[in-house]
Amino acid sequence: MKSDDTALATGSRETVHAGPGDLPVNELYLEYAPAPETAPVEILPRYGHFIDGAFVEPADGKYFETINPATEQVLSEVALGTEPDVDRAVQAARRALSAWRSLSGGERGKYLYRIARRMQERARELAVLESMDGGKPIKESRDVDIPLAAAHFFYHAGWADKLRYAIPGLRSEPEPLGVCAQIIPWNFPLLMAAWKLAPALACGNTCVLKPAETTPLTALRLAEIFQEVGLPAGVVNIVTGDGSTGRALAEHPDIDKIAFTGSTQVGKQIARSVAARARPIPLTLELGGKSPNIIFEDASIDQAIEGIISGIYFNQGHVCCAGSRLLVQESIHDEVLTKLRLRMESLRVGDPLDKNTDIGAINSKTQHETITRYLTLGVREGAPLHVAGCNGTNDRDALLEHALSCAPRGYWCRPCFFSEVEPSQTIAREEIFGPVLSVMTFRTPDEAIQRANNTPYGLAAGVWTDKGSKIFEIARRLRAGVIWCNTYNRFDPSSPFGGYKESGFGREGGVHGLHAYLRLPTGAPQ
Amino acid sequence: MTAPTVDRVMADQRAASFRTRSIKTTTKRTLLRLALAMVDLTTLEGKDSPGKVRALCAKAVRPMPDDQRVLGERLPPVAAVCVYPTLVPVAREAIDRLQDDLPRERRVRVASVATGFPSGQYPLDVRLRDVREAVAAGADEIDMVINRGAFLAGHSDEVGDEIRRVVDACGEAHLKVILETGELETYDNIRQASDLAISCIREGDFIKTSTGKVSPAATMGVTLVMLESIRDAHLRDSRVIGMKPAGGIRDAKTALHYLVMVGETLGRSWLTPARFRFGASSLVNDLLRQIVRQEVGVYPASYDFAEA
Repeated sequence: MKSDDTALATGSRETVHAGPGDLPVNELYLEYAPAPETAPVEILPRYGHFIDGAFVEPADGKYFETINPATEQVLSEVALGTEPDVDRAVQAARRALSAWRSLSGGERGKYLYRIARRMQERARELAVLESMDGGKPIKESRDVDIPLAAAHFFYHAGWADKLRYAIPGLRSEPEPLGVCAQIIPWNFPLLMAAWKLAPALACGNTCVLKPAETTPLTALRLAEIFQEVGLPAGVVNIVTGDGSTGRALAEHPDIDKIAFTGSTQVGKQIARSVAARARPIPLTLELGGKSPNIIFEDASIDQAIEGIISGIYFNQGHVCCAGSRLLVQESIHDEVLTKLRLRMESLRVGDPLDKNTDIGAINSKTQHETITRYLTLGVREGAPLHVAGCNGTNDRDALLEHALSCAPRGYWCRPCFFSEVEPSQTIAREEIFGPVLSVMTFRTPDEAIQRANNTPYGLAAGVWTDKGSKIFEIARRLRAGVIWCNTYNRFDPSSPFGGYKESGFGREGGVHGLHAYLRLPTGAPQ
Repeated sequence: MTAPTVDRVMADQRAASFRTRSIKTTTKRTLLRLALAMVDLTTLEGKDSPGKVRALCAKAVRPMPDDQRVLGERLPPVAAVCVYPTLVPVAREAIDRLQDDLPRERRVRVASVATGFPSGQYPLDVRLRDVREAVAAGADEIDMVINRGAFLAGHSDEVGDEIRRVVDACGEAHLKVILETGELETYDNIRQASDLAISCIREGDFIKTSTGKVSPAATMGVTLVMLESIRDAHLRDSRVIGMKPAGGIRDAKTALHYLVMVGETLGRSWLTPARFRFGASSLVNDLLRQIVRQEVGVYPASYDFAEA
């Protein structure tokens, strides 16, 4: 055949000859020149709370810094909300409620459509800001977070004037619950804001939103959009802050509903505080997970590998429904691990604003410490650790070091997995919330189901098989709120999302999600 | 040997993901030239004339005659010219004349379609004679079509036997096996046919998507499935098989996406004309346009380049 001279002469890298049956994975893949997203984003040095349609100073004048986790540089200062701020926001929402709920559904829908369109118009700016504040790769904020957030407003805009038909058998309009306290996490900051706000507003509620401590900036940008589209003052209020701000909001006496997405631990605290209220209020919780991704021997293996990758390495594994437990049928275990390792090598860890980055920065120092703790624990428990770019060494300290450090600044974790994990080990049971996969095997479908369900959680699951009947059989027996068949981590506003067991209760999205923000007229069939 | 199944939804999703790679500056510079060197410059029409084939050969050897003046560099020749068997002598003569300063193995290669291209609906002895005559007339490479009728009827053994007979008829010439994926339709079929073809051909031979006469021709999803087949053969027994998508790849951006796909599926070692080709004609001029654009800063018009 023609010699390789042409490739060399045209400036491509030196040809790497693959060894027998064993590709030299460290040098396997193509490198790309930097391709930074360059859209300029204006960030003010300081942001107040968004209350009653305007940005306001915090009551006690305290601010905290929000940083770029890829560089550790301070992006801005954000108001630290305390009880008086929360109270002011709740009062504003209360005042706005009667006019907002009295608007016709069609009119409320128009506002939501306007918000959605404006989000699309400012999508690039929102995507860059999301990646700067949270560390996620621009390709995900650009292709997933922002489009889906806009889609949630579009979807719920459509429901606003059709609520009566959302629940069969109603003879009159369902009513909004009132003032909703909504506390969201840092893994999908703008998307979670959209998941919470869009159905609440469509149903005629007013809201007080508390963004996560480490990622408040896109929610505040959303507040600017509310101003631009003329959303009536007080309909949405945003109070930034830390855990104490969230607690003040959840325990405020004059709220009518709490929706929380975050850790199971905090979710349980909120549930206890709701139970202790003089007047109980509805609560929805979307909490942690340790979701099984089950690969049967008759699956399309190469596509299942893609599902494993998007299941656990999407958004650095900061995904509550991440497929963090891989259950592989024993007969294909070796093939799956070989291919998984090859595929992991092609994941590019680095600058979140580079368009070719697959794995960005870990969201915060705290989360990096959590991941470090679990990785160390997993190694101590004896499971072999595999780290991208580190094949061929068994030195555990070197592996850990390699996994957790990529750059002198910022918080990083390379994609990795533990093989030969025992179901009793901590890394098989607890949510790590990072790019860390635990691989286990099974022999029969019964064993797969038993192992998959053997968890305190029940948020999501993945099933990979080429056999249709098996999909239905397995899906029916899995105790999880979302079950993906031959795909993973796909989301749509029309599809309800929520968990079993310690993964929470209540659903978001779809018709089901509306129920969480409506009070049914007396006598209506449930 | 049963071929693995392929899930179309996820395979297409993966194939689409390569389009989101952003190819800039040095990477773009390298890949544009590499893509140029990977082209099998093709003309396969009933009205093809010796004159057209000679023009094609000139284009193949020197894609941009004024490259030194405009770019200050000499661009690589394309990998091969691809013609019908009756025009092989013309192409052979033209290439040998244009590149008489190079040993034959360094010259642009002459590829011929054969085996009753594009349908393959001829008796086997006719198809084999087609191959032998093209080789005798000076073809370095043979692009054969598989017997899709037999494949779809479930007669894989027959398809495999025929491929092996063609391999024998090729002698020293390299072989590219066209699956005509547009007629196989399903990814499962395409994967099975890929595995079958790979099991019958020699190290360094190619599998190829399409004749260009059937729609759809090459797509990224189809090419990914075939690349995965090649990768699995390599993982299994270290064999090196080449890949050639053909038909429908007209612009440089698409070509770069294909190279990204090859680079991320089989690795850098496959990014050479010895292991990857584009079956195309109009692609060359778009590659040249993008090369000029990157070096000079302005887009040339399409009429600034010779026809391909």
